[in-house]
Parts: sequence; C-alpha cells; structure tokens
Amino acid sequence: MPLHAHKEAILVLEDGRTFRGESFGAEGETFGEAVFSTGMTGYQETLTDPSYHQQVVVMTAPHVGNTGVNDEDPESRRIWVAGYVVRDPARVSSNWRAKRSLDDDLRDQSVVGISGIDTRALTRHLRERGAMRVGISTIETDPEVLLKKVLASAEMSGTNLSDAVTTAEAYVVPAKGEKRFTVAALDLGIKEMTPERMAERGIEVHVLPATATLEDVKAVGADSGGPDGLFYSNGPGDPAATTGQVELLQAALAEDIPYFGICFGNQLFGRALGFGTYKLKYGHRGINQPVMDLTTRKVEVTAHNHGFAVDAPVDEETSTPYGIATVSHVNLNDDCVEGLELKDAQTGKLKGFSVQYHPEAAAGPHDAAYLFDRFISLMAKEV
Amino acid sequence: MPKREDIKSVLVIGSGPIVIGQACEFDYSGTQACRVLREEGIRVVLVNSNPATIMTDPEFADATYVEPITPEFVEKVIAKERPDALLATLGGQTALNCAVALDERGILEKYDVELIGASIDAIQRGENREEFKKIVAELGGESAKSVICHTIDDLLAGAEQLGFPVVIRPSFTMGGSGSGFAYNEAELRRLGGAGLAASPTTEVLLEESILGWKEYELEVMRDRKDNSVIVCSIENLDPMGVHTGDSITVAPALTLTDREYQKLRDLAIGIIRAVGVDTGGCNIQYAVNPADGRIIVIEMNPRVSRSSALASKATGYPIAKIAAKVAIGYTLDEIENDITAGPNGSTAASFEPTLDYVVVKVPRFAFEKFPGADTTLTTHMKSVGEAMAIGRNFTEALQKALRSLEKPEAVFDWTQEIVELDKPALLEEIKVPTDGRLKRVMDAIRSGATPEEIFESTRIDPWFIDQLFLINEIAQEIIASPELTADVLRYAKRHGFSDYQVGKMRGMTADVVRGVRHALGIRPVYKTVDTCAAEFEARTPYHYSSYDEETEVAPREKEAVIILGSGPNRIGQGIEFDYSCVHASLALSEAGYETVMVNCNPETVSTDYDTSDRLYFEPLTLEDVLEIVHAEQQAGPVVGVICQLGGQTPLGLAQALKDNGVPIVGTSPEAIHLAEERGAFGRVLAQAGLVAPKHGMATTFNEAREIAAEIGYPVLVRPSYVLGGRGMQIVYDDEALRSYIEAATEVTPDKPVMVDKFVDDAVEIDVDALYDGTELFLGGVMEHIEEAGIHSGDSSCALPPITLGAAEVERIRVATLAIAEGVGVRGLLNIQYALGSDVLYVIEANPRASRTVPFVSKATATPLAKAAARVMLGESIAQLRTAGVLPRTGDGGALPPNQPIAVKEAVMPFNRFRTPEGQQVDTVLGPEMKSTGEVMGLDSDFGRAFAKSQAGAFGPLPTSGRIFVSMANRDKRTMIFPIKVLADHGFEIFATEGTAEVLRRNGVPSRLMRKHSEGTGPDGEKTTVQRILDGEVDLVINTPNGTSNAKSARMDGYEIRTAAVMANIACITTVQGLGAAVQGIEALRRGEIDVRSLQEWRDIVGHHDGGVSAK
Repeated sequence: MPLHAHKEAILVLEDGRTFRGESFGAEGETFGEAVFSTGMTGYQETLTDPSYHQQVVVMTAPHVGNTGVNDEDPESRRIWVAGYVVRDPARVSSNWRAKRSLDDDLRDQSVVGISGIDTRALTRHLRERGAMRVGISTIETDPEVLLKKVLASAEMSGTNLSDAVTTAEAYVVPAKGEKRFTVAALDLGIKEMTPERMAERGIEVHVLPATATLEDVKAVGADSGGPDGLFYSNGPGDPAATTGQVELLQAALAEDIPYFGICFGNQLFGRALGFGTYKLKYGHRGINQPVMDLTTRKVEVTAHNHGFAVDAPVDEETSTPYGIATVSHVNLNDDCVEGLELKDAQTGKLKGFSVQYHPEAAAGPHDAAYLFDRFISLMAKEV
Repeated sequence: MPKREDIKSVLVIGSGPIVIGQACEFDYSGTQACRVLREEGIRVVLVNSNPATIMTDPEFADATYVEPITPEFVEKVIAKERPDALLATLGGQTALNCAVALDERGILEKYDVELIGASIDAIQRGENREEFKKIVAELGGESAKSVICHTIDDLLAGAEQLGFPVVIRPSFTMGGSGSGFAYNEAELRRLGGAGLAASPTTEVLLEESILGWKEYELEVMRDRKDNSVIVCSIENLDPMGVHTGDSITVAPALTLTDREYQKLRDLAIGIIRAVGVDTGGCNIQYAVNPADGRIIVIEMNPRVSRSSALASKATGYPIAKIAAKVAIGYTLDEIENDITAGPNGSTAASFEPTLDYVVVKVPRFAFEKFPGADTTLTTHMKSVGEAMAIGRNFTEALQKALRSLEKPEAVFDWTQEIVELDKPALLEEIKVPTDGRLKRVMDAIRSGATPEEIFESTRIDPWFIDQLFLINEIAQEIIASPELTADVLRYAKRHGFSDYQVGKMRGMTADVVRGVRHALGIRPVYKTVDTCAAEFEARTPYHYSSYDEETEVAPREKEAVIILGSGPNRIGQGIEFDYSCVHASLALSEAGYETVMVNCNPETVSTDYDTSDRLYFEPLTLEDVLEIVHAEQQAGPVVGVICQLGGQTPLGLAQALKDNGVPIVGTSPEAIHLAEERGAFGRVLAQAGLVAPKHGMATTFNEAREIAAEIGYPVLVRPSYVLGGRGMQIVYDDEALRSYIEAATEVTPDKPVMVDKFVDDAVEIDVDALYDGTELFLGGVMEHIEEAGIHSGDSSCALPPITLGAAEVERIRVATLAIAEGVGVRGLLNIQYALGSDVLYVIEANPRASRTVPFVSKATATPLAKAAARVMLGESIAQLRTAGVLPRTGDGGALPPNQPIAVKEAVMPFNRFRTPEGQQVDTVLGPEMKSTGEVMGLDSDFGRAFAKSQAGAFGPLPTSGRIFVSMANRDKRTMIFPIKVLADHGFEIFATEGTAEVLRRNGVPSRLMRKHSEGTGPDGEKTTVQRILDGEVDLVINTPNGTSNAKSARMDGYEIRTAAVMANIACITTVQGLGAAVQGIEALRRGEIDVRSLQEWRDIVGHHDGGVSAK
C-alpha cells in the first residue's frame, strides 16, 4: 500500500474534536452516535447487529478485518452501523471461510468508515465526555463545516428505531429436532443467533414485526392454545421513546404468557414493570463484561451492546401489578442493572425474566447460554 | 466467598535454578504469590535453591529456605515449619513434580499439609496424556491421534499405526524436554529412547503430526466457585512444530473469527473444570488446521507457566497474584483489578482483559555458545530468553521486539544487495524453522517471492505474511523517496522502523535521522496497558511507545530516577541483573524518588507493573531510551539514569546517553570506559602497583602468535568488550591459536582480540564491592572451587573464601580500593583476581553490578544493590551504615566467625543441545560461560554447603555405590588422596587403565573399565559409556585432557561426560571439584544435614536485616 493510496477522511465529534485519517470502506459522508466497542473478535457480528443502527462504531482493537467476511457469521441481512472507525484495517483476508474482504463488504453496502486514526485517544475522549454525535467525511475537508452538519444531525436520546430495523413480514424459525415449545418473538432488531439458540433447544420461533399486536402474538401456535412464551429481542433506540411494545408486554404479562427479553427487551420489561430507564454515559459494548447472577452469585463473562439501562433497586423487591419484580443480574464493573425477574406474588413462580446483555453471544462468550434453558424451564413451568 | 480462615501458613515452592524452559518467570510469579499471601496475614514459608531470585529475599517470606528442591529437603522444611498448606502451582514443573513426589511418599498426609491450587488428582489428569485425551473427547473436542509407549517396541508399533512423521512427547518433563519429530525409524529409536529416559515415568506419547497447523494458547483462571475467565489468547506466528517457547508469539490472537475463538474458549473452560484445577491459572494449547478450522487440543499445564508470565505482562492482568488469591479462597469477583479505577473503586478481576494494542514476543537463542549444536527449532525448547514488545499494531510491535533482542542480525535489513538473494534457495531455506528464519522470510520477499510461495514454504498465516510484505513495501518507499519527508518518516515509525534502520537505508546515521525526526516534531507518544482498552480509567502507569496522537504520561512532582533493565535473558546476563534493578527501584522508592523502570523482558520482576512507580515496556536501544527520558523530562524533574545495574546492555548505552545530554548517575561513562579499555586500565593498575597477567592485543594471527611467543603458552584469547566470556578460549599452541583467530568473524582493527597470559594453577577470586568515593565496602570475597580458566559464571565458588587467610583478604581489599579509586567508581564494582604463586593478578574489573551480587547479598544478609542505588544518588557508605542499610561495622571481607558458608553452583543446559546428527554437545567447561543459572548451598561448614549445592543443581551426591574415575595425566597426583578417602568409605572404584595403575601403586584398589574407544569386550564386557548409560555408575570423575594433542583421550572424555549428562548423574570435571565433592560426601555420610532459613541464619550471625521491606 503506497503512502496515501487511500483518500483522506476526517472525523469530527459534536464537541469539535477532530481526527484526520484515511477513507475505509465506502467514500462519502455519514453521521451517527459515536460509541466504542472493545471486542477483539467478531467484527462481522458487530457490524450486522441491528442494535448499532445509527451508531458510528469505534473499534478499540487495532487490527480489524483479518479474517475477512463470510456468509455464516452475519447476525442479520445487512450491515447496520452508520459508520466504522478502525486503526489498522486488514489488507488481506485470512480464514478458510472468508468469501470477501471487509473493505469490499463495507463499500458494497455503502458504509463510510475511517482508518488510521488514534482510536484509543478517541475512545478515551468518549469515555470522559460520553457518547456523542459524530460525522465522518471523505468529501468535506474542513472540520468546521462538518461540525455544523454533526450538530444538525439527530440525537439518540428520544429516538425510536424499532420500526427501521424490524422484519417486514413475520417468519418462522423451525425447531431443531423434536419441537417442544412455540414462542412469539418480537423483532426489535433481532440477531439471527437468538432464534437459532432457541431452535436448537426445541423451540419453534415465530419472529414477528415490531408492530405486532396482542392478537398477532396470541395467533402464534393458536392450534395448541397460543404461544408457550413471548420473547422481546435486542434493538436500537431509546426505550423511553417506545410505548406500543411496552403496552403489548403489559397485556401479555396480564395474561400470564411467560416472558423472556434480551437487551432492549430487558429495558422494555423494566418499563412494563414500572421502572425507568436512563442513558449510560458511554454504554457497555464489548464481550468481556462481568455480570453476577444474584441468585447463584456466579459470575459470567458476557457480550454487551447497550447505551441505556434500567433504573431498578438492587437487593429489594418491587411490587408490580404483574407480580414481584427483582433485579436478578448486575454488572460488576459499574453495578448497573443487567437482569430482571418477575415472580407471581402468590405462588412465587417465575413469570418472566430478562437480561440486558446477550446470552446468544455472537460475538462473545457462551457463559450465559443457560438463560435459554431457563426460558425452557419457565415455559415448562419448572421454576 | 472470602478468604479461608483455616489456612494460617503456606509453603511455597519455587522453581530452583534457571534452566532452559524454566527461567525467571517463576521468580516473577513466586514473588507475586509471596507478596499476596503475606498481605493476607498468612505465614509464608518458601523453599527455593536459587539465590538470584527476588522471592528468596528475606523480606518476601517469613521463613526463606535456600535449600535444594528435593523431596528429602522439603520434607525437613515441612517437619520443621508444619505449614497448613502447600502451594506448588507457581514454581513451574520443578515445584509441581516435587509436590507429586511429596504426596507419593506420604509426606503431605503425614504432616497434614493440604495441597492448594491444583490437587494431585488434577495434576495427574492434566499431565497424564491418556486421561487428558478422554477429558477432551468428553467435551466434544479432538486430540491428535496417538499411542502411549513405554518401550522401544511400543514406539515402533505406534509409528506403524500413525505413519511418519510422528511427534514424540515424554510425560512429566518441562519445556518439552526430550520431545521432537521423528521422520523415520532411526530417528524414532534415538529420540524415542531419549524421551523414555527423560520421563520420570518412562512414558512417551507418540502422536500424529500436525506440523504446519496454526498454534494457539489460552490462559485460563478459575476460582473455587467455578468462575472462569480467559486472561489472554496467544497466537504463534511460527506454526505447529516449533516449541511455543521458541516461537514468535503474538497476543491477542489475530487470525481467528469469533466463532473459532469461542470454540477454543469453551474447550478451555470445560477442560479446567473437568481436570479439576479448582483454583488458579492454567494454560491450554491448541492447533487449528488452516484449511478447515479443525481444532486439536494439544496439552494443558495445570499451573502457572512461562506463557502466564507473558500473558500477565501482555494484558496487565497479574495471573500469579490472582492465582495465589483464589488458592486461599477468594473468588474472582472479590478481587480488585489493580489497574483500573472504575466509578465504584476499581473493577473486579472476574473479567477478561481486552487489548487495544498488539504484543509480540521473540525468543533469544544462545547457539553461539554451543558450537556444533543443531539450530533447527523443534518441539524441544532451546531458547534461553525472550523479549516482548508492545505496539499499536503488529508491525510496530514486531520490529520493536526484534530490536529488543540486541542482536543486530535479528533486525530486518534492506541494504544487502538484491542480487545476493536467490529466491529458490531462500524458499527452500525457510522451510526449516531456525533462529532468524523471519529475516530470511523477509529476504525471500525481497527476492520476489509471492505470498503464496512464502506460505507454501513456511505455513505462516497469510495475514502475518502480508504484514511482512507491508513492512517491505514501506522499506522500499523509504529507499525510493526523493526526500526523507515527514510523511515518509511518520509512516516508517508507525510501522516500527528504528532510526537506525531508516538511516541505513538512506545512507545516514541514526543520529542524523533522529535529528531530522525531532526537527519535524515526530516523536512517539506513550500509551497505557490498562486491561480494558480504555473503557475505564487506568490507575497504573504501565506504558509503551507508539507513533500515535495522544500521550498518556502523567505529570509528576517528585524527582524521578530512570533504571535501565537488562533486556532478554541470555547466557551471561540473566536474572541476577534484574535482581539488582528491582532492588534499586525498591530502595530509591523508599528514599523518596519516583522510580521509572525500562525493560523489555516479560519474564522478570522488574517488568511487574507494581515494582516501580512507572514502567516502560520498551526496547533498550539508544533511540527508545532517549525518547523515554524526553517524555519523563516533560512530565517532571529527572535526576538521572541508572545504567550500572542491568549488565552490559544498559552499560553499553551510558556513553551515548551522556553524549546526548542525559544525566547518568553513579559511575561515569568515562570511568566505565577506563575499566574496559585495556591500555587505560593497565595504567590504573600500574599506578596502584598491581599486576595483570601479561597480555597484548592482536588483529591478525601473526600478531597474536608474536604476543603468545613473548608471554608464553597457555594463553587466554578473547574478543574485547564481552560479557559472559563470549568467544573466550584457552589455547596451548600456535595451531589452536590460528584456528581461533580464523573462526573469529568479528576481528577488525577496532575490535581486536585480547591475548592474555593464562595463569595456570591459580585460585580465582571474585569480589563484589561498593565504593562511594572515599570508603570501600567489600561486599564479598568469593573463592572459586575450580581453578582459574573456567568462566566465573560457570564456576562453583564459596563465600567466605575457604582457603584464603586474613592477609590475602587484606591484600584483596587494598587492591580493590586502589582500583575503585583509580577507575572512579560510584556504586558497585566487580573484580576478578587470580592468586598464583603468591602473586595477586587482576584479571578484570567491571564497574557495574555483577552476576554475583544477589548471591553475595543473600550469603551475607546485606542488600548490596539497594545500597549501591543509594550510593549512586549521592549517599555515602557511612550514611548507609547509620541508616541501617549496611552493617554498622565490618563488611563482607570481615565476616563474623559463625557466618555460614555459602556455595554457589552453576547449572548447565547441555542436555538441551544436540548436534544435527543427534549427538550430545560437549560438556566441558572453559572460559566461555555456558551456564543458565545457579543454586546456593548454605550451611555451617563447607562440606555440607557443597553437598547442598550439588543436590540443588544436579541431585544428591551419592553416599555409596560405584564411582568411575578417569583423570588427565596432570591431575593424577592430586587425585590419589581424595579417591582413597572415597574407597575407604566403601565406594567401589572403577577406573581407566592409566588412572587404575596410579591408584594401584598408591594402594587404592580399583577395577578396570573399558574405554569407549575400545568397544564392547569379547565376552560382552560393557564400556564405561554403556555402564553409565545403564545406570551402573553413581558418580563420574573425569578431568579433560585440555591440549589439542591427545585426540582419542579427548574423545573418550567427551563420550563419558555426555553419557553422564544423559544418565543425569553428577560428573566432576576438575580436581578442585573432586576435593569439594569428597567433603560433601563425607558430610552426607556423617548423617543429618539440617535445613535453616535465612531468617534463622540472620539471627544466629546477628546481622541487621538491612532491609527495605517488600512493597
């Protein structure tokens, strides 16, 4: 790669801090919320995670793209990130499954990126000042001009993005092996590994658009008396800006449909139970986060991607119209709420639970995969 | 789950002497463990025979036993101390094997000692290959197909089944000792036979070949609540077939998708759980087939390993420290991560570090020390040390690591003419992994090879190959650029090119490039190793340089002292120098300075992030050090740089640093030069009325011959400016002198060869002293057990001297003072003397910390290096006496009468090296240093101390059985008395013809043994060599015929000593050693040899503790 083979690019944060680097992926201009992800593996899964919609992702790992891009690892049908920031992109793809290079993939999907900048300095800046809006451009060379555009772009707080990422049509992921349960899964930005993890445990997963109604949910598995469980997926946006899905969940809980939620599904569970949500300063994005399961006191290393969290009291039971709610998991780094549990006020039986992190992993460790088994137990009324 | 309250005292076993495959990384881990346990209020009892370790400093344990790590001695310690628990997972394979032996002998049960960390069952499951395979299979993983063998017949049958090539892996050995590849039956018989012999259970695993696959390691940590985390992934750049200790390795793994990585992770956690390593760290190795991703689990170590040390330094996650905490009951979530300061204090240790940089480790070899040794890299570890570098990308880290090796030939070089690069030959050459292969790969790239061709030859992952192409492209751009512009320079620096490399390509000196670079404002920034990729604020200033935008060096108020470490371990410059650097850091920190450590050796205590106030993990080159000095000067006041404690590496930088305006504390560079330059030093001696052996300097054979003729043979020849006696040899005639000069490649007018009179039959004396400008403190006077001519690093020695009287010590004191004054020493000084025919010759003087500083410090309970650091910063010896750092009166030359005798014995790596034909390399000692480590034997008299030193280094001396004796003619008179003593003690004496004849005439009965050259007798009588190999001999005494004449006698000696090494029995090669051995054997036969801790000795002798307490 001769010097300056790549076009120059600039990155400007909404507080004016500017980084100059080289174009990576598509040329052009892009805006979004700047967030950093600390995972050292799994860039392909990260890029295709719908939760990153409208976010510009800064990779703290310097070398990105080494294993190219394959057809098995994407977590959805497309790349969702609004922009991509890496330090040293790979020049070749080295993996037996690689089909094409990351650079080509970004170009094909018109994702504007920047490389060659001090990603650690940028990460430290975001850590100190918090996630903020950012612009990347290969067209505009004047930071002042780009800054104006950044300040004019949309903010993440108060934004509902579920409709933008959800499936247009409902579809079914069949159970692998013997079918044991039928689940209605609301797609708020679902990752492919989630229904996969359910399917391999004998769950037939009916993935529904984000706009599904209680009737749509109850229509799932109607021949055997409705769904065995309701699932809310991860997804982008501010949970406080979502009302329809919260009401749907409250209605489902009132009808005692067992519930499991991941990430955005945890935040909406929290809201359905009457808790508030708030925006974290710079979020959790990575695959090394220690979470303690408060029931077993065991620690699991987990995959995270969230900028909002539930505001619920730890070590305290909360009475809700649907039962007794408790915080089931906390993050050991910052004590933030990582899971909720709802039990029947009379019987003490589990009615629903959710976690803020990603038991489906992809990318990330499999420590939390037991939560899918817990969902099975819940539906089997064993807990 | 908090700390267990039932454990009040813990016995920690160290790893003993430094050997290949088990180096100072275990001092690092053991030191961390001792610190942790003491902080927790637990009584720490330590056993380690290695005096050069920080962990054996008396302030790191409550009872420190510098005693042999054998079940016999450790039992004595247990019986005396009655510890509640034994922690054996931090002392390498030595400690683990000792724990297994203690368990097998019922000692742990007898004294009710609980093995914490890993149980015996877990150790067995992890190391027994059959059981381990079962575990892997149950987890759905795969192992290489293999057959367990206990005999040669098993091996042959196994190879039939698996097909050649096959891998040979002996059970229960360390550093892959005894393992290798066999491509045919002959190799199988040879390597397999050696492997069976090397295994304590006579067990060898024969395995299908997975040569060329990608190799990975994961470091796992687990607590007693079954919380497990992966601390680090490590990828080997050299594919399968090269021992990981000899591979270039990279952290984190860079060529795995998340799916593949998570499979390795799941397996790792499943394995540690199934093996049952309840608490602590372990290391798991994998091979991944690049063609289809098939994963094979190779092995696991149920203990902290060399890779753990690397992983700790690479991530900032202190594995040994955490392993010690979880061993005493803490769970990972209860342990703080020191490095971070999160919103609620620090984050917990129950997470997985994430890196925003790349770490590269490169091995350092010492093949030049073992002529004839096969330099091919195999599964049998051969490297003696390693350097690690950190960069913001792979290219930066790799090039920094290569220059950290301090081998000019290791660094990529584009100035070699392109016509000399023959592509087909290079592609053939790089098929075989050797030291320096990577550079030949670069040459192949320059010669026009394609990435595919390189891959075909080397099986190095294509991503790494591309990175090498990238480096080459940048080099071409540097060469082709019409001007050295800011863009080009910045580009070069971003990918790790040194000023020297750039200068060489541009026809400039490194100084000029640096000048240009500074003028253009291109300087490195310093980033922080923080375990979390900047997600949380780091509290610990553990830095590395990078050519990036933002620096993280914090401003400071206190005056700083920068201490330069010693770089990668090599023969002649090892842990002893790190010891001195660490001591300086501790002492100066106590004295109120901010200490800044610079080093690139991941195995050391000095590169632990909490040893100094700031740590720069950087190469020790002028460029890198100057930039650090600059950065620290920007941050606050810098008093100066200490170059005197890290051995030759920092010493070599002193003058250039000073020339660049850097203040050097302690002995000035001019004084250093004065001591090293023969002419100037000669004048210092003359002025003091001292004599050196006659000598001269030569640049050609003819000059050398003239000098030799004048001063008379034998002469000692060596290159100038050396450490560890590199290239030294004693020659007895013109012919040998000619071959030496011809073989010496680097003889030039500015690098002449020294020709010294060799003082025959002299006693060699080593002195370590401290000088403040007025007062001399004689640290210790060591008398070598072997006569002069054997490198001091390889000689055993005794302190206090066993045969020198007060008058001689006084002469030595006067001479040392004169030299210290004459040279202008401020700090430490090491002088070697030879005392022959009542003349005290000065062999050499080194105005720096020596290899023996830790030994002397421990033997005399005086912290010499700490005192030296404070002298260097201006305190006087008198002040240090008052401050209690040094004894109020007296010194190491005037020790109290009840002072114990300390014997140092060197440990050799001969069993690691073979010639390409599979022969063992010769084991004779000479002026070239060959040892990798040392042990100390400490007792009230010489015989016992010597016996302990032998037990620590080789295994116990025999107290009965068969002794084989074969002496050179010149030694025959001296041997009679000691051999007679042994015969009187009931030993059966075997001898070769000449030796037997002399013994018979002196009334010592002996039996004749056939010489190797005579072959097996007509009735099948075995030769000496066969008997030794068959274990029929308990001790070998063989002094070599040194002259070049008696070829066959020399060959016999060679075969005998080789056999002794292979059979792992003591082999004495000098008359002096024989005398000492006899005293040792007598002490053993008299019965009980006791163990006594350093703390007890201190109380007996009544020395002050002289200590700066452990941090």
